[in-house]
Amino acid sequence: MAIEILMPALSPTMEEGTLAKWLVKEGDTVSSGDIMAEIETDKATMEFEAVDEGIVGKILIAEGTEGVKVNTPIAILIEEGEEVGDVSAAPAPAAEAAPAVEAPVPAAAAAPAAPQVDLTPDWPEGTAMKEQTVREALRDAMAEEMRSDDTVFLMGEEVAEYQGAYKISQGLLDEFGAKRVIDTPITEHGFAGIGVGAAFGGLRPIVEFMTFNFAMQAIDQIINSAAKTLYMSGGQMGAPMVFRGPNGAAARVGAQHSQDYAAWYMQVPGLKVVMPYSASDAKGLMKTAIRDNNPVIFLENEILYGRTFDVPDMDDFTVPFGKARIWREGEDVTIVSFGIGMQYALEAADKLAADGINAEVIDLRTLRPMDTGTIINSVMKTNRCVTVEEGWPQGSVGNYISSVIMQEAFDYLDAPVINCTGKDVPMPYAANLEKHALITTDEVIEAVKQVTYR
Amino acid sequence: MAARKAQTKPNVSAEELQGYYRDMLLIRRFEEKAGQLYGMGLIGGFCHLYIGQEAVVVGLEAAAEEGDKRITSYRDHGHMLACGMDPNGVMAELTGREGGYSKGKGGSMHMFSKEKHFYGGHGIVAAQVPLGAGLAFADKYKENGRVTFTYFGDGAANQGQVYEAYNMAELWDLPVVFVIENNQYAMGTSTKRSTKSPSYWERGAAYGIPGEEVDGMDVLAVKAAGQKAVAHCRAGKGPYILEIKTYRYRGHSMSDPAKYRTREEVQKMRDERDPIEAVRSMLLTGKHATEDDLKAIDKEIKEIVNASAEFAKESPEPALDELWTDIYA
Repeated sequence: MAIEILMPALSPTMEEGTLAKWLVKEGDTVSSGDIMAEIETDKATMEFEAVDEGIVGKILIAEGTEGVKVNTPIAILIEEGEEVGDVSAAPAPAAEAAPAVEAPVPAAAAAPAAPQVDLTPDWPEGTAMKEQTVREALRDAMAEEMRSDDTVFLMGEEVAEYQGAYKISQGLLDEFGAKRVIDTPITEHGFAGIGVGAAFGGLRPIVEFMTFNFAMQAIDQIINSAAKTLYMSGGQMGAPMVFRGPNGAAARVGAQHSQDYAAWYMQVPGLKVVMPYSASDAKGLMKTAIRDNNPVIFLENEILYGRTFDVPDMDDFTVPFGKARIWREGEDVTIVSFGIGMQYALEAADKLAADGINAEVIDLRTLRPMDTGTIINSVMKTNRCVTVEEGWPQGSVGNYISSVIMQEAFDYLDAPVINCTGKDVPMPYAANLEKHALITTDEVIEAVKQVTYR
Repeated sequence: MAARKAQTKPNVSAEELQGYYRDMLLIRRFEEKAGQLYGMGLIGGFCHLYIGQEAVVVGLEAAAEEGDKRITSYRDHGHMLACGMDPNGVMAELTGREGGYSKGKGGSMHMFSKEKHFYGGHGIVAAQVPLGAGLAFADKYKENGRVTFTYFGDGAANQGQVYEAYNMAELWDLPVVFVIENNQYAMGTSTKRSTKSPSYWERGAAYGIPGEEVDGMDVLAVKAAGQKAVAHCRAGKGPYILEIKTYRYRGHSMSDPAKYRTREEVQKMRDERDPIEAVRSMLLTGKHATEDDLKAIDKEIKEIVNASAEFAKESPEPALDELWTDIYA
């Protein structure tokens, strides 16, 4: 009985990969555990082992093929005496797909319909653009700043020799050496404190947390030492540094690895908090963050790392803090979001447009400082507001935005502000439950319909 | 990594000894005055006095060079005075006034001086330990030959982040002297009630860090140990641990029930092991100073301390605008 070998999902967020190399050829006998191929994802290169015994009857996907979707048949394993021709090479039914690939919503970049109206571009008119993933944009931002300032260095778990747990620091060790790209032991509290001390001592550390979930071990150093020292020292010394890493839910990693810390850090005076959505913002804001003389919390997102956006092709592209970006103009309702929430906001706006509701979509980009002026101006025009975020509802970013709107634009409101948030539960593992725990585009659409009384 | 008690070398000049006497006396009189001002309601909140531990910072400062850094916990007044910070500025910070080192915004536990390379003054027990390793990291990165003295108490020595810092400091050969000021009580919990480890410095062995125990009531022994530690760091050999056995005469902070040790225990220490009396006696018996010389020093110190108290009372409270400054650089 012939067996189809499918493109494996080698990480919770992998949707496709490159079949880098076949290590077997047609006619080879393989047994369980033999390495059959090297698969490359945007995060890493991994060896793919056989799980069944048999003969490689046919290789369906040639080596070097990029963009092979998870669960695509890549080879056929046959038994002794069996002919490949006996087997139909029809693609495996998609229903067999691992649930992990169902959960993530389609890439925003893959939705060409999205009218990405940038009303106040952060680059000069006529600037050439290039396509980049968020991952590449972050790496380029760090590399550019490390080239221009010797005091900038990167430390964290697996940032150097492993090339980054999520490949954000790929290539940096080669270019800058082990003095400036430093692998730490697994010791978040300790290396965060050493980073803050190094900042007191005149350096500009970039401290990578493998995920912000692990930064909870270090949060005392972030808040009590990094954020408060400038004030406590009467302005004599502070911590010019960046704490960065993926934040929020990835896919199917359960409660302890799936928390959005935006609202937590946003509360702390002395910190600046950045949460980009697009690659251009990731790049421009990261460069600004590294140059900033204060501790900056830079909240990235694992699902967004692989998304592609247009990035201005400039020598030195920066985005200022405290300036929201209006992605889409509209007059019926204001949707305010940031980070991965933007994906739901923009999708909802597209679908709402089909129903004749024109949403204005605002990406805050930085949560502290927060560009509340842009929100208020928009709400004065639309008279309605929905906020979208992945974090929990109680004490959410949306709660704060609601209070600002209430205080500064109460008379302009035609409906109560609705905060679309993640559900008030620890993140479940089961695919269906996880999907339900996260904010969805449909919920945003429903909220907009409520505030517009449709 | 031999456990060797530093030798007290009596071979010391009159000038040097008088200097230690003066510096230790300044800390003691300053702290006594701070205690008085606290009682008068001029100092608020927490106030942790250093009385009894003076030989630790004075001895180690004698081993430091210009540009070396220091960082400590909330029991920090002695460290600031020993590294040359202005008593007026320290006392005015205690009273929360504009003339304080942090413009009144830090208080007793949170004071800093960039000029004197004093990096605080930290209120979270043991947080200064990774921070101190980080300062040393910066110095190593800049290859400037500087050393950081990172002070913490026997209480902090049980915090996990101390060992995270030890591990990385040794791994990366950071030029940091970890100074454990073992005053035998973490607030009200004696070392016997908080650990079964026979000594704190020996824990460094788990990470490959050498160290030793030092008599913290003997300023010359502290200085000698400090010089050895600093030489180790400056030679690029990484961190060194000094466990300095000392004693605080006063309570943990101003509100201390004093139920966890006997009055006799404290009195015995004062009578038999006082670090200032030891130097005083060395000065007199060695004929390095006369009673009159010492009286003159006492008078000079009293004047400095009284002036600091006056300054701290006269300095105005910070302007209300200060509430909103220094949040962002």
